Amino acid sequence: MSQPLLTIRGLVKHFPLARQGFGPRSVVRAVDGIDFEVMQGETLGVVGESGCGKSTTARLLMHLLAPTAGEVVFDGRSVGGRDLPLKAFRRQVQMVFQDSYASLNPRLTTQDSVAFGPLVHGLARNAAVARARDLLARVGLDPSRFGERYPHELSGGQRQRVNIARALALQPRMVILDEAVSALDKSVEAQVINLLLDLKDEFGLTYLFISHDLNVVRYVSDRVMVMYLGQIVELGPADALFAAPKHPYAQALLASMPSMDPDRRTESAALAGDPPNPIDPPSGCRFHPRCPLAAPVCASVVPQRVPILVAAGTSGDVACLVHEPGSGHPMAAPLARAA
Amino acid sequence: MANDAVIGAVGEPMVRLRDLSVTFLGGRAPVHAVSGVSLEVQRGEVVALIGESGSGKSVTLRTLLRLHTERRTRIGGEVHVAGRDVLAMPASALPDFRGKVAAMVFQEPLLALDPVYSVGAQIVESIQRHEAVSAAQARARALALFERVRIPSPERRLAAYPHEMSGGMRQRAMIALALACKPQLLLADEPTTALDATVQIQILLLLRELQRDLGLSVIFVTHDIGAAVEVADRIAVMYAGRIVEEGTARQLIRAPRHPYTIALLKSRAHGALARGTRLETIAGAPPDLSALPPGCAFAERCPLAIDACRAAVPPAVELAAGHRARCIRTEIAATIAPVQVSIPMA
Repeated sequence: MSQPLLTIRGLVKHFPLARQGFGPRSVVRAVDGIDFEVMQGETLGVVGESGCGKSTTARLLMHLLAPTAGEVVFDGRSVGGRDLPLKAFRRQVQMVFQDSYASLNPRLTTQDSVAFGPLVHGLARNAAVARARDLLARVGLDPSRFGERYPHELSGGQRQRVNIARALALQPRMVILDEAVSALDKSVEAQVINLLLDLKDEFGLTYLFISHDLNVVRYVSDRVMVMYLGQIVELGPADALFAAPKHPYAQALLASMPSMDPDRRTESAALAGDPPNPIDPPSGCRFHPRCPLAAPVCASVVPQRVPILVAAGTSGDVACLVHEPGSGHPMAAPLARAA
Repeated sequence: MANDAVIGAVGEPMVRLRDLSVTFLGGRAPVHAVSGVSLEVQRGEVVALIGESGSGKSVTLRTLLRLHTERRTRIGGEVHVAGRDVLAMPASALPDFRGKVAAMVFQEPLLALDPVYSVGAQIVESIQRHEAVSAAQARARALALFERVRIPSPERRLAAYPHEMSGGMRQRAMIALALACKPQLLLADEPTTALDATVQIQILLLLRELQRDLGLSVIFVTHDIGAAVEVADRIAVMYAGRIVEEGTARQLIRAPRHPYTIALLKSRAHGALARGTRLETIAGAPPDLSALPPGCAFAERCPLAIDACRAAVPPAVELAAGHRARCIRTEIAATIAPVQVSIPMA
């Protein structure tokens, strides 16, 4: 876990809105300038509220959406260029979606669904079906019982297993899991999470794990990235981030988890109101209108992501003026004088 | 919040379900969605019904308002709400009963609210349907309700249509609508499931506060144990149409005794669980509700099941005051119950 497998630089996605009257055309700033790396063999968790851009990020990585700006580099090669054409990239990076039913073709049997990718990429029909049956067995679906079934004949958990088998059919190096276990019942969710962890070891996979369930993200991820209104506010090792989040938004998000203790119920909500609209994000730090630590400077200065020291050998970063020396925030450390 | 017309006998529980069974007909085989649920909810008490999809929790809730299509549903047992026999009520009495005695908050307010009327108009309509008040008085009540559920700039929001509101705001409006006619019983069907964590906790706290201030009885249906613990006095765990364990939130979390409850608690990924350790899972899937086994419905997946479990449906065993489990192996189950871990959170 040292080489970056995937590098994202300055990724931006703006969705234009219909023009209202004569004013300038407004845009939804779904993803607004994010940079991060996914290391070889790690699981990077992505958390944030709806509208923070987690799913848009996943779709941009897969080039299911064309980015407004920015670059996706996979294994040192720029995606979509001559170095790494889209088709070759998609063979190496696959995706599993939240809605297991909508993401399967209702007219294909499970084994045909799983074999479809390899067929398109040039594998002979017999070999493709054999690989599909093999993978179905690997995800816990007996191919002789389930191979000929159609999606409507399966339960949600079984369908998600088919989706996972299909994602693995092209022997990818990386899988993007976009709320892949969110629609499942808890007991089934645990089975699928265990399966994902087993498959990761067996095939040496790298995961980008997007979820709104903080407990699950904490459990599966090596590092975690917290997004707010299209930007990354904190990124760091899962244990450190969950034990001591630095960004006020990350702190509020974690404090919103139910306590699971009848004697220590949550007394007050960490945040008031709903996540604001990404159409007209607040100036300066996007979190400042809801932030308990906000100072006047937060409304005008955009915080940069500054590295923070976590445990030895690991590092994280946070985008908050409180943690940015010399930012002008009353709680920030003064700027260290250059030697 | 006195509601003279509907006050039942003193000491009478708000809700009394006795051996409720709900069977849906019309498919290939009858589906036994609920088979023998008995439950009491006292006045001013919050009870959470938790379970996975298909466990019968929402069906039980809907039966309390008689929302199932009568032609294709067979309902057995007794349903009493505020001293009234809901199943014996003539259809003409239902509109007065719904909203006035018991009101429902649904999971998806965008589907439950009418898209072509402003939210304020829907609340006013509801108030005027039940009470002889002028439109101006009804509007004043609607405004007070919006303030009560803490909708910012309530005056303006009353004129808003459901699609113009954010998810959390819509759920607040839905709660205001449910409370419009001062019901005694609030039924909440997964009210926070579609919401973000930061908004979910706000709605849970709001429900708790309203319940306390208005002295409501609440039945809160959820699949999220964490949400149930935040609001409920008592929790009932459902599986395949039966309540398998029931007790105070404390009893259920600290000393679960039914193997299903134990498995549910253990299969959660939670803060204290180290990465790399495997989650304990429940093998298999819930049974087919149109072909329930003769014995315990969980026996197929239960690590402790013996032959006697499969022979007959286990009776409810009283473990402590108010703590019951439908299991004949509770003593052995006690030995596999998870150790309560407190989750250090920032």
